Amino acid sequence: MDEKLKTELSKQGIFATSLQELYNWGRRSSLWPLNFGLACCAIEMIATTMARYDLARFGAEVFRPSPRQADLMIVAGTVTKKMAPQVVRLYNQMPEPKYVISMGACAISGGPFKQGYNVLKGIDRYIPVDVYIPGCPPRPEALIDAFIMLQKKIDAQQLTGEDRPRHLTAGQPSEFVVPRFGAHDLEPPQNPAVWHAPLVQITKAGTDESRND
Amino acid sequence: MNLETTKSSLEANIPGCRLEIVFNGSPSAQHSLLVDAEHGFAIAAYLKDAPDLRFDFCSNVTGVDWPSKEISAKVKVKKIVDGVESEVEEVQKTRTQGYLEVVYHLFSQELKYGPLPLRMRTEDRDRGVHLPSLTPIWRSAEFQEREVFDLFGVIFDGHPDLRRILMWNAFQDHPMRKDYVDPDDFEYEPTAHDQVLQRASQHRSEAGGR
Repeated sequence: MDEKLKTELSKQGIFATSLQELYNWGRRSSLWPLNFGLACCAIEMIATTMARYDLARFGAEVFRPSPRQADLMIVAGTVTKKMAPQVVRLYNQMPEPKYVISMGACAISGGPFKQGYNVLKGIDRYIPVDVYIPGCPPRPEALIDAFIMLQKKIDAQQLTGEDRPRHLTAGQPSEFVVPRFGAHDLEPPQNPAVWHAPLVQITKAGTDESRND
Repeated sequence: MNLETTKSSLEANIPGCRLEIVFNGSPSAQHSLLVDAEHGFAIAAYLKDAPDLRFDFCSNVTGVDWPSKEISAKVKVKKIVDGVESEVEEVQKTRTQGYLEVVYHLFSQELKYGPLPLRMRTEDRDRGVHLPSLTPIWRSAEFQEREVFDLFGVIFDGHPDLRRILMWNAFQDHPMRKDYVDPDDFEYEPTAHDQVLQRASQHRSEAGGR
């Protein structure tokens, strides 16, 4: 429907919408995050929900203690290899449609503990992530920004067609492989359906061939 | 109470114990007492209960890995060179026995002094990794001995609950040992220095040019 016509109609007291808009509005305006924190980022997440920053203004004040009642997982903090199967299991238990915010350097890539023997190099090795927030830890404003970004992402989703979200495609999985504890590492070390190593060619500093011209 | 008198007091009261003062040349001058594993428990019990020592608080337990290393020393050897006997300098290389070490930091709350760093060494790094647990004496050592067991692989005999504490139970390595090889989960890192480059090329060749 034409946007101009729609605003004109609304001035006349007629409200026109589409099912898709209504559906997306409903999903984005009432996200229920999972009450779940792993490290210091969780403190910032708690601060975001409290009076000073007040995430409730954007429609996410209900932090649920059970994954069955939540649709947004904020992975806030370092994911250790010992904790990773539990994080994936919690994600699997959440009902569709569900979203993931990867909060902070650790949840994105392992952060300052990347080379640690017990640190997972980013939760996106096992579950699909919608929004990444860099920071160590990110400020509450950054989390709110990520939250609004997620709402915009939900708002732009199509109900039908090729690029519709995962939960509207019957064949797409809603559960992901829970890694097992192996003798030397988690098995598998990453889920190839979700993650593959970034294709980046690294060269020694100052020997980049493209700079020779 | 200084370390010398503590040492002589221990030697007088625990027959057969072998003690050694490990000198610390840094400004802190925190010398430590090296104790043999055989008498470790008796020495610790004495340190806690003797009225003039009263080390009633163990604040910290940690592990150190000392892998075997090659020591080269110059030795003068008499040799016959061109029919004439003369002294020639030769470099002799010897390998030291590697071992694991556990360090306890002891304080006396009652007499208000400390710390006394207490060291114990294992025989080697493979099979002889047994040491007496001091948890029955200082309860605060329980979790930290579990941590040393987890990360270094020291087996504490007499520990009430010796399980891994940080890593999972099926894990087989000891990640704080110097020769620990972590699983190859290399990915791009922005700091392209020598070690990262070497790791990257190694990873690529193993993954088949990926």
